[in-house]
Amino acid sequence: MKPELIEALGRIVGPRWLRHRRAELATYTMDGLPTRESYPGVVVMPKTAGEVCEVVRLLHLVDVPFVARGAGTGLSGGAVADPDAVLIALGRMNRILQVDPCRRRARVEPGVVNARLSEATAPHGLQYVPDPSSQAACTVGGNVAENAGGPHCLKYGVTTNHIVELEVVLPDGSTTRLGSRQGEPWGPDLVGLFVGSEGMFGIATEITVRLEPLPESVRTMLADFSTVRAASQAVSAIIAAGIVPAALEMMDRACVAAVEASIYAAGYPTDAAAVLLVELDGQTDAVEAEAKTVVSLLQERGARTVRSASTPADRARLWQGRKKAFGAMGRIAPDLAVQDAVVPRSALPDIMDRIEEIRLSYGLTISNVFHAGDGNLHPNISFDRRDPNVAGRVHDACRDIMAACVAAGGSITGEHGVGSDKIDYMPSIFDAETLGAMRAVRRVFDPAERANPGKVIPLHACREWRAARGVR
Amino acid sequence: MSDHAIFARLRALLGTSGVERDADGLPCATPDTADALSLVCRLAHEEGWKIRIEGRGTWLPSDAPADLAVSSRGLDQVVSVSPADLVATVQAGATLDSVRRRLAEEGMWLALDPPGRPERSVGSIIATATAGPLRQGFGPVRDHVLGCTVATGDGRLVKAGGRVVKNVAGYDLTKLHVGGFGGFGIIAEVHLRLRALPRADVTLLARGPRDTLTSAARDLIAARLLPGALELLSPALAAEADWILAARFVGTDAAVQADVRRLSSLGELPWQPVPTDRTAAFWSMVSRGSLGGPITLRLGVLGDGIDDSIDLLSHDLDEGLVAAGAGAGMIRWTGNAPVEQLRAVRRAGAAREIPMTLERAPWALRRALGHFGAYREGVGQLVGRLRDSFDPRQCLSVALEAGND
Ligand SMILES: Cc1cc2nc3c(=O)[nH]c(=O)nc-3n(C[C@H](O)[C@H](O)[C@H](O)COP(=O)(O)OP(=O)(O)OC[C@H]3O[C@@H](n4cnc5c(N)ncnc54)[C@H](O)[C@@H]3O)c2cc1C
Repeated sequence: MKPELIEALGRIVGPRWLRHRRAELATYTMDGLPTRESYPGVVVMPKTAGEVCEVVRLLHLVDVPFVARGAGTGLSGGAVADPDAVLIALGRMNRILQVDPCRRRARVEPGVVNARLSEATAPHGLQYVPDPSSQAACTVGGNVAENAGGPHCLKYGVTTNHIVELEVVLPDGSTTRLGSRQGEPWGPDLVGLFVGSEGMFGIATEITVRLEPLPESVRTMLADFSTVRAASQAVSAIIAAGIVPAALEMMDRACVAAVEASIYAAGYPTDAAAVLLVELDGQTDAVEAEAKTVVSLLQERGARTVRSASTPADRARLWQGRKKAFGAMGRIAPDLAVQDAVVPRSALPDIMDRIEEIRLSYGLTISNVFHAGDGNLHPNISFDRRDPNVAGRVHDACRDIMAACVAAGGSITGEHGVGSDKIDYMPSIFDAETLGAMRAVRRVFDPAERANPGKVIPLHACREWRAARGVR
Repeated sequence: MSDHAIFARLRALLGTSGVERDADGLPCATPDTADALSLVCRLAHEEGWKIRIEGRGTWLPSDAPADLAVSSRGLDQVVSVSPADLVATVQAGATLDSVRRRLAEEGMWLALDPPGRPERSVGSIIATATAGPLRQGFGPVRDHVLGCTVATGDGRLVKAGGRVVKNVAGYDLTKLHVGGFGGFGIIAEVHLRLRALPRADVTLLARGPRDTLTSAARDLIAARLLPGALELLSPALAAEADWILAARFVGTDAAVQADVRRLSSLGELPWQPVPTDRTAAFWSMVSRGSLGGPITLRLGVLGDGIDDSIDLLSHDLDEGLVAAGAGAGMIRWTGNAPVEQLRAVRRAGAAREIPMTLERAPWALRRALGHFGAYREGVGQLVGRLRDSFDPRQCLSVALEAGND
């Protein structure tokens, strides 16, 4: 990175908010993905949208790529920058600008931590629903870029269903507003297009979200099963009964074992093949009645025991293991490859069998914790990346799991994004035509492809790239 | 190229059964596969022909100037329904009615009740993003579309999204086609998110002065009731003497009963239940109401802005036929007005930060006003470049903005 550029950037954000010495950059070499590491050229930490705009305009003029970064909890390598790029860390833009309880909207800066937003709206009886397990750390800006999900997205939808308006700085340094406070677009749905664009369309500098009322009553149930198949069938039975639980989460034996061996032990039965968490919310009478139905459905499908909780403390205990599952798995080995894939819900039992086969054939430790209600799997592989024998096996196992999910009619990612981690799998679900269209849309926002370069779209698989080189 | 030559070229491509002449003698292609659709688009692109996109012709009039029409009529299949996954794949020309019936047979439900006739094509609902009253409880059209296959203006077949409810692989191109009025391509097939057929479905009506009803609606939402629909209807639309507030509760018996009990306990309005056997007819009357004039506008408003916005409409246009989501916001106005008046009302709306979409109108008005207007700074450029990338020779005769041909 040229010293003049570093100096010019320092003038915009103030020298205190710029990092360029190698030791200083070490904290920014990775995100939550353990397999990708790179030193950014320089890190800047703007405080305002105006500063972001100035930084981006400067980079546009000198033709230097940049990568936006929230909390760096992403699991697909999205917030990692190459040495020729500037990392724009947005953590200082952490103001909640407005909470409008009457209209059920909040306007925030991108660096606001997800959980803080719901804390701020709770006194008004409102919540910001999307609740990734990383919510204590991840930012709303990162959630927008990844279209993050969470356990409570089964009933209420993922990030994209809760974002109504965005102020974005485009890669040429211009600022524009997409969408409207009302949620009705002024034209085509560019908010919908921007959410999930993984930092490649520009930087969101202000985000208006929809808030939902806190439910009057919540009931959490924990059921354990002697087979994963029975648990999956219970999931289908609940949905088929017309009940839409707020959350429907499953953990397999390996996951339960990890949780129970950790400080997060939640009293889950370690001899169960699968544990299912079902949460219902709504009006008290409705929740009570639906809970009865759910309990009998769970029992009909072979639940061995069903525990039920409705006080916040008891519910928190049932949830604890689920919420801390990643942390617990992280204790098994130095590294954890948190995988993310989706299958149609009806394919759950078969895919779980297939993952078990893959685990055995590569001799790995895989624990599964996932959003069973929407078929969003997280087969997590515990390993040690310093062990040269294991890295290849982890990679191959992930590849096989992705292939199995795609073959089942699913997707390679349900909430963690493509980033650099999944880029090679993109051609397995999108043809060259579609990848080409995605790239063309990206170039509408970023003609020079300087925003988060090298992520999401495998250029060599796009139609126009192939055509230009005569590849068929 | 002459009309005859276009007709002949299309027949060579699709066979005799795939091309007809419409009432005006315009060649009309009715491809029955997505591939055939994309071939038609590619040919039009190569030849520089203008395409008029048609569904069943029951919502937007088929009057855009063009060298040929491309109808989704031949793409009328329900390709698959997976009750266990709550997903259906449907071709764009399938009618809403046929899809609903097929889903009901399997105990499934699509929570969309768009304005217009039951034989509207699914593609037209998605392309125009015309959600109806159920938007209150089940979200706008975009929330129901998991993916789509689209033929671009230059004949590429783009397959956006997928068949699973949760999916963040790649950019969310589906969003561009939902409410894109076909300006980014012709929808061939969609993957829809379904729900289990509700066990209970209860509608109650209250009648009275408009502001009483809107204020009661706000209280109802504040009391955390969860109506599937909460629609305010103008006397003209409901063919009644007074304004009507219609509350519809759908879901499990327990949830619906709980809401209905709570509603009565609020005690502000004398709610009257619609007899079960008349519920469907009532909501179908509401849907058709928006066809009562040649022009339909959609305004994005929040609950507390409904009264003001309806005042604005009745002052600048006329009271027209109004259906408004009293909780989630959104006003649909149907009536007739000259172009200058419409332009003025859109400007007045923009000054109040109210987006106003021209949902339905004859071509002359669509062309003069555009479906969209008053883009914010920078947005127009993005939209223009997006159109260029999906339809480089502007073959798709769609007036997203004013002045387009
Ligand atoms: C233990 C753990 C549990 C997790 N659980 C979940 C879960 O349940 N559900 C889920 O969806 N994810 C989960 N994640 C993944 C991660 O937390 C989410 O992807 C989150 O949205 C990332 O937010 P972040 O602020 O850390 O973003 P970062 O990791 O910093 O960045 C992510 C991407 O967003 C871009 N970006 C960041 N800010 C902006 C902005 N303002 N404008 C434009 N682009 C921007 C970056 O360039 C990058 O591509 C989990 C991660 C961990 C470590």
